[in-house]
Amino acid sequence: MKLFQRLVPWILLAIALFILPAALDDFRLNLFGRYFALSITALAIDLIWGYTGLLSLGQGIFFALGGYAVAMNLMLNTKSLAGGNGIPKFFENYGVAQLPFFWQPFWSPVFTLIAIWVIPAVVAGVVGWLIFRNRIKGVYFSIITQAALMVFFHFFNGQQKLFDGTNGLKTSTTELFGQLVGSPDMQVWFYRLTVLLLPLAFLVCRYFTSGRFGDALIAIRDDESRLRFAGFNPVPFKTIVFLVAGALCGISGALYTVQTGIVSPQYMSISFSIEMVIWVAVGGRGTLVGPIIGATLVNYLRSLVSEALPEAWLFVQGALFIFVVVLMPDGIYGWITKGGFRTFLAAFGIAKKSNTYPQLDKEAIPVD
Amino acid sequence: MELFFSQILDGLSIGSVLLLAATGLAIVFGLMGVINLAHGEFMMLGAYVTYVVQSAFKPMGGVIFELYFPVSLVLAFIVTALIGVLLERTLIRQLYGRPLETLLATWGVSLILIQLIRSVSTAMMLGIIVGVVVGFLLSKVLRAKFSEKPFFTYLNGLAWAISIGIGLIAVNLLDQIRPLSKAWFGPRNIDVTAPKWLQGSWGAIGGIELPGLRIFIILLSALLLLATYWFLNKSVWGLRIRAVTQNRQMSNCLGIPTDRVDSITFGIGSGLAGVAGCAITLLGSVGPNLGAAYIVSCFMVIVLGGVGNLLGTVLASLLLGIIQSVIGSGTLLTIFPDMPLAAKGVIEFFATTSMSLVLVFIFIIVFLQFRPNGMFPQKGRSVDA
Repeated sequence: MKLFQRLVPWILLAIALFILPAALDDFRLNLFGRYFALSITALAIDLIWGYTGLLSLGQGIFFALGGYAVAMNLMLNTKSLAGGNGIPKFFENYGVAQLPFFWQPFWSPVFTLIAIWVIPAVVAGVVGWLIFRNRIKGVYFSIITQAALMVFFHFFNGQQKLFDGTNGLKTSTTELFGQLVGSPDMQVWFYRLTVLLLPLAFLVCRYFTSGRFGDALIAIRDDESRLRFAGFNPVPFKTIVFLVAGALCGISGALYTVQTGIVSPQYMSISFSIEMVIWVAVGGRGTLVGPIIGATLVNYLRSLVSEALPEAWLFVQGALFIFVVVLMPDGIYGWITKGGFRTFLAAFGIAKKSNTYPQLDKEAIPVD
Repeated sequence: MELFFSQILDGLSIGSVLLLAATGLAIVFGLMGVINLAHGEFMMLGAYVTYVVQSAFKPMGGVIFELYFPVSLVLAFIVTALIGVLLERTLIRQLYGRPLETLLATWGVSLILIQLIRSVSTAMMLGIIVGVVVGFLLSKVLRAKFSEKPFFTYLNGLAWAISIGIGLIAVNLLDQIRPLSKAWFGPRNIDVTAPKWLQGSWGAIGGIELPGLRIFIILLSALLLLATYWFLNKSVWGLRIRAVTQNRQMSNCLGIPTDRVDSITFGIGSGLAGVAGCAITLLGSVGPNLGAAYIVSCFMVIVLGGVGNLLGTVLASLLLGIIQSVIGSGTLLTIFPDMPLAAKGVIEFFATTSMSLVLVFIFIIVFLQFRPNGMFPQKGRSVDA
């Protein structure tokens, strides 16, 4: 049994790497690639919300920054998309003759590979430090991250000359290693890359949530004031964990962008960032397996419902929000690990009830 | 200079719309600690109530039609307040003391409301009623028989799931009948024509035209603000609300019905949102997505002004409105044509509606660096205030 438990992650990885590509058609495989990419974001949110108690409604910023970084590199290095000056064609629509300065470094693939996670991390670090050093927390933190999200959304949306505004940057028609990024072969490779990066992200999160650092995070979540009175300064802990989450979101955004074929300011819409939170809530916050389950399940459900009845998805999603928050605060994984299933069976008399204190009390107290 | 003043007036009217929207939120957030992300959708409901009232008054024509707006103001308040009370009794009540959870749950409510307005038809409404009635009856029967059994909660859940299923089947069956399946509003925007006495100018002061609509909205928000202030500070229920805000358990001990206070507070907050939505219909066509445009700004107004402080809310919303209007229209350039090139470039960069919003949000974030609790912070000794 012990051996089996230790093998489970490897079995799952093997299934995702070898069996799913063989069993699913290109379209479905691509969908699962997207779910796994979004799972990395869910892990990041779990790191800051489930473990540290910071409910960020602005993770879309970092997600989109990663996506834009990879899209800019792909657009620059595609000959067929270049206009007269050797810069992407859409610039011509707005009469921009020279490449904006911050596009320049994205010619280099090496820079881009680093930028995908460093730029979001730096932005997250700065934003986080500015917020945390003022002891802004709880609900106010959520509202301010949402405002920051709106800043970035309106900036990217309004700047046609810099980022093609609302249209976003399309990556499916760009080329990488002489192949179309949108081609099925490339998509399978991106799928494999995602499947390999997801466990890495998992390990990163486990590294940060275990040991003394993880204890400090949980202490911040449960009682920040007491931690401060004990002589700790919570600001560096919060900043570092927010920074790490930003980097993970950036990677996830880049993977998601190449698999959907477009990055647009819609990735920074309010609703998308709140949706990310619900993936974590459905899967189970405060556990590392939960977010992956949640992100995959919710997005799979979304595909199913949207294919059958597009109008119904908002109803289902809204009901999901309410259901999880009110009736299942621990999420699916938390429900199972905390003995929810056992209690369920016990209620119908199938499993034996364990003797707990509340139950002993119930029987012991005589009714006068 | 005249242009500048008319921009200020414009900013005041943008600010007063924000104020209308934020007053209700200030009550719900500041007094109850509930993050109501469905507030924008309550505004949307208010706007749709106005539309319905207008459509009902249209056949009467003449003078009576001109009076539809006051009627719809009152009705919008009542309808949204009732829906707010319903929401508080069923959902919000379970989440007190967990503000982040209310945030997520009310977001779910807002999604449902948006889609409901988009696709509601007579068939759907009947189906919902059937589902709810069946659910209530089933759970009542089950409660009578099995309430002592350990599996009652699961059984109850199953009963509700079944009744939802029955409701869905009812919707599908009724949808076959043509006249019932027609959507009431549909996903498209709706238009409300402002009554004649609001259109056009209300005279001029110092050469500046006073557009009736804008002045009306400014007056309306001032009036509602005064009414809210009076209610909270002078009326009996206002006293109770403030008592519950300060110390819930103590108020309960002293015989204040705290649960009814909660319902009333939430109802008034939602009702004010409905009135705001009613006023917004005057400014242009409105659609199911109306709420999203206002909700973030409203929260920023409250955070900037200081939570639970009406004066702060007023100042913050007017300030934001003026900044947005003056910067967004690029008026500064026309007033001061000979400023240095660098400053000119910066102003031009921000002189669009979306970029002025960027500036406003950056301004707020920077402001909170210096005054983390807003303009008028709440006084108190609590560590986590």
